[in-house]
Amino acid sequence: MSGQSHRLPSGGRIDRSKTVRFSFDGRSYEGHPGDTLASGLIANGVHLTGRSFKYHRPRGITTSGSEEPNALVTTGEGGRTEPNVPATMVELHDGLVARSQNRWPSLSFDLMAVNSLLKPFFPAGFYYKTFMWPRSFWYRLYEPAIRRAAGLGTIADQPDPDVYEHSYAHCDVLVVGAGPAGLMAAQAAARAGARVVLADERAVPGGHLAGEAIEVDGRDSAAWAQGICDELDGLENVQMLLRTSVFGRYDGLTFGAVERVGDHLGNDSSGDLRQRRWTIQTRQFVCATGAIERPLVFGDNDRPGIMLAGSARHYVNQYGVLPGRKVVVATNNDDSYLTARDLARAGADVTLIDSRREKDVTGHALLPGETEVRYGQCVTQTCGKLHVSSARLADISEPDHIRSELPCDLICTSGGWNPTIHLLSHCGARPKWDSAISAFAMAKVENGVHMVGGAAGTFELQKCLQEGVAAGVAAASACSRKARKPAAPKTEKLPEYRIQPLWRLPDTISKASASFVDFQNDVTIADLELADREGFGHAEHAKRYTTLGMATDQGKLSNVNAIGVLSELRGTPIAETGTTTYRPLYTPAALGTLAGQRQGAEFRATRHSAMHQWHEKNGAVFTEAGLWLRPYYYPREGEDFAAAVKREVLNARSAVGMVDVSTLGKIELKGPDSGQFLDRLYINSFSKMKTGRARYGVMLREDGMVFDDGTVTRLADDHYFITVTTANASGVMQHMEFCHQVHWPDLDVQFCSVTEVWAAMAVAGPKARDVLSRVVDGIDLSNEAFPLQSVADARIGDAFVRVLRISFSGELAYEIYTPADCGLGVWEAIMEAGAEDGISAYGTEAMTVMRTEKGHVAGPELDGRTTADDLGLGRMMSQRKDYIGRWLSQRSGLTGAGRSQLVGLKPITNSDTFRMGAHLVTEPGTIGPDVSQGHVTTSVYSPACDHFIGLALLQDGRSRTGERVYVASPLHNEQVEAEVTGPVFVDPDGERMRG
Amino acid sequence: MQIPCPWCGSRPLDEFEYGGDATKKRPEGKKQENMEAWVDYAFLHDNVAGRHKEYWQHVGGCRCWLIVTRDTRTHEIIKSEFAVPQLRSNQR
Ligand SMILES: [Zn+2]
Repeated sequence: MSGQSHRLPSGGRIDRSKTVRFSFDGRSYEGHPGDTLASGLIANGVHLTGRSFKYHRPRGITTSGSEEPNALVTTGEGGRTEPNVPATMVELHDGLVARSQNRWPSLSFDLMAVNSLLKPFFPAGFYYKTFMWPRSFWYRLYEPAIRRAAGLGTIADQPDPDVYEHSYAHCDVLVVGAGPAGLMAAQAAARAGARVVLADERAVPGGHLAGEAIEVDGRDSAAWAQGICDELDGLENVQMLLRTSVFGRYDGLTFGAVERVGDHLGNDSSGDLRQRRWTIQTRQFVCATGAIERPLVFGDNDRPGIMLAGSARHYVNQYGVLPGRKVVVATNNDDSYLTARDLARAGADVTLIDSRREKDVTGHALLPGETEVRYGQCVTQTCGKLHVSSARLADISEPDHIRSELPCDLICTSGGWNPTIHLLSHCGARPKWDSAISAFAMAKVENGVHMVGGAAGTFELQKCLQEGVAAGVAAASACSRKARKPAAPKTEKLPEYRIQPLWRLPDTISKASASFVDFQNDVTIADLELADREGFGHAEHAKRYTTLGMATDQGKLSNVNAIGVLSELRGTPIAETGTTTYRPLYTPAALGTLAGQRQGAEFRATRHSAMHQWHEKNGAVFTEAGLWLRPYYYPREGEDFAAAVKREVLNARSAVGMVDVSTLGKIELKGPDSGQFLDRLYINSFSKMKTGRARYGVMLREDGMVFDDGTVTRLADDHYFITVTTANASGVMQHMEFCHQVHWPDLDVQFCSVTEVWAAMAVAGPKARDVLSRVVDGIDLSNEAFPLQSVADARIGDAFVRVLRISFSGELAYEIYTPADCGLGVWEAIMEAGAEDGISAYGTEAMTVMRTEKGHVAGPELDGRTTADDLGLGRMMSQRKDYIGRWLSQRSGLTGAGRSQLVGLKPITNSDTFRMGAHLVTEPGTIGPDVSQGHVTTSVYSPACDHFIGLALLQDGRSRTGERVYVASPLHNEQVEAEVTGPVFVDPDGERMRG
Repeated sequence: MQIPCPWCGSRPLDEFEYGGDATKKRPEGKKQENMEAWVDYAFLHDNVAGRHKEYWQHVGGCRCWLIVTRDTRTHEIIKSEFAVPQLRSNQR
């Protein structure tokens, strides 16, 4: 182990009393609590952390924050493998395992780097242009090869053992960013009594102050920030969310965030909470997200050892590591003078290269006397292999002429600072070019939004603090919290921030070497030139042509530089070159975190009927019906699906069966106008139906198509009970509420969904009456006293039951409704009473078989395109009343010839089968939309007929009984000859159910 | 996004369901001869860029149907009131 060669002997805000061990690419290293993976690697002299996306060029740590484009690593092992994590955001903990990406066979010797030699052949748009023809080659050959060559990390191939959760926060004031302005805003709002949430993506508060060596309020800036944070943390009305990335702002001041709860703990037991997704709803938003530095663009500006200037001093001040000893600081602004000062103080040999003239500079007062400054010069190109070794310098007035070559092991580069305005523009607001700071900034913000500090383009610390206080007070008072305006603390006086943009060097330099604008997607100045030459020079076009800004860092370092370059290439002002659109997510979030607990069996709710236990105990195979689990069939020893269903059907038709129908939607209506209300909802009438009766009903949509069907029962003069299909239960309820509240608020009716209140079962078969007579108390079930369509209340044992005599199966049948908590007991009582008659349960498939044998329509026929008349229910449509869908169902297209009508189908050869979805054609061997005359909606094996039967929608079908058609499913290479029949196959006169 | 429910107060979008254009009134009592009025009511809806009146139901709350005036470009909600006219005087 080489030891922490680049760790300074003292300083930094890390815990030097403890050591943590971690590994990178299989080698183990040491660092301290408080380090990130990036600072830990730099401390050990490791800069090279990855290979670039397209050319596989060696890349190193470039920043110290979430904007990192190059140092993406894979952390964890097995199911905890996480690719594409910026090393700058990984907190060191004992046992941390990290690997570099996109290299083969090793990071320092990467065979794919040959791409780099072929660079002239890999210009922007290359993949699109070269690999387009022939088409099949693209899928089979080019695409897989490119995928292997160009890529980031690889995702885990095992399930993630960690736990993720969702959480919600509501507050008066959300402050994003715990830098100087954010802390002040949060403090001022909190002291006024507002409920405050303060979120910051870093592990420590202070924002950039955590990495500065300056004084605030007479104290070290990081200690000052920690002090404010401690005060806020102790307040009941403040929620501190450190390690929390606010990734998006959505309409109405709703925010999404990810809190990294457990990543830094290095837990390896499963079941620990790793990350939490927050939804934060606030009344006021203070955007204190700071600013992100942009690099200068020069030749070979991507080598390991080239770093943003602000980040370099961050490593010195926060982590006590010195990223290089022989340092070139290349800049166009005064902020970098702090970097030169702090690195020089830490013992580095610093040369500062400023592209501006001396008289435009304010920062030199900061520098120790011996620091060499070269004004009016720039770095044009760098040398080195796996690390930068020297910088070539030229006069800014004559960049083609190399003046000198400076050996160095670190180049700190700064092209200026961009306000981090993502959260200000996620909802569509566009930034404006601010020439004073040479950056995009928001000219104004919406109601309830405040921007402060760097995010607002304010780079003077004293002003940042003042803006924070003012915003905190304003936000609190907008929430009616009275605030005294506290004074902002005093800071050390720093030189004014000035900048002169330097977008690019002459063409000769960008042609001789690669000048990278976008590191993560390997986009160079030459690529932008090509985009412009080919007519894609507008920022939005260039982005798509070159893929600039489309990598996981979303162009945080590159977008503004690209716009500056394009503006010069096009000779248009930046304001006319365009800006890019900022969209969530600000930083990537793991899919597991977004899903939270909603995965696997918890993906959505599962609903069980009251009799579920019995079904399980009796071997039911379940099927999903919406959220419900319903018994599909109950196989017995040695039975397959077909055998079980056949037995269940035959038993119900010859003896008695019982099916759980609890999932039906159930709605109860009361009020004097209930009958009238139902008359307006259904095509048939219920206001004249007698109390104690039940009847089948059909609802249309307003456009005339069938919406739903079910039974309507009249329990009293002003009291009805209706059932609706399982699938439409919530939709019908909403429809009824809409009709009542929007169309007919004058009707005196109240209604309520009671789906969960009642368990329900249907008892069907010739022995149904015998069985129920043994257990039902309080009703004479004889045919005379209780004919078809009767309803009455009774008891089974101690349980209240409501008995309806209606039939879906076509058999003598009763539906029993009982309060849900009595469901299991009633079911078991009927089962017991029916044992001597051979009662058995049947599932939804047997139910489908029986309703098909009877020609009853269900979901597949009610497909939203069928009218009541199409389904043979036209006679039910009342001519004497108005109802939803009445008039639009009379449109000529819905009533004329050529409508698809419900028919039955039976195969000519008894052993032939056909399937749902097959098409009906009149000539064998033909298929296509132009020849199809209809389709099969339901097909089952009918035990009663002993062959397959089907329901189908066939053009003018009712007049075609007896015709022969071909049932074709070309997907399955099937074609069967069938005869068109009426839809009812069993007991067409309905004698069984009336018996 | 939040929608202010006049009964429950401001509530998140997931509690609501969209119910379509609220600028048209059902041609109550109109017969088949007025098919044009029916077709207009059911099918002819403007795709407004700007302020639009829409039905929303607070399904995860009081289940009231609301008439919400929303700017379709910015999602700003300008007004939210009960669909039932008799309730509007009770509005918060
Ligand atoms: Zn409500």
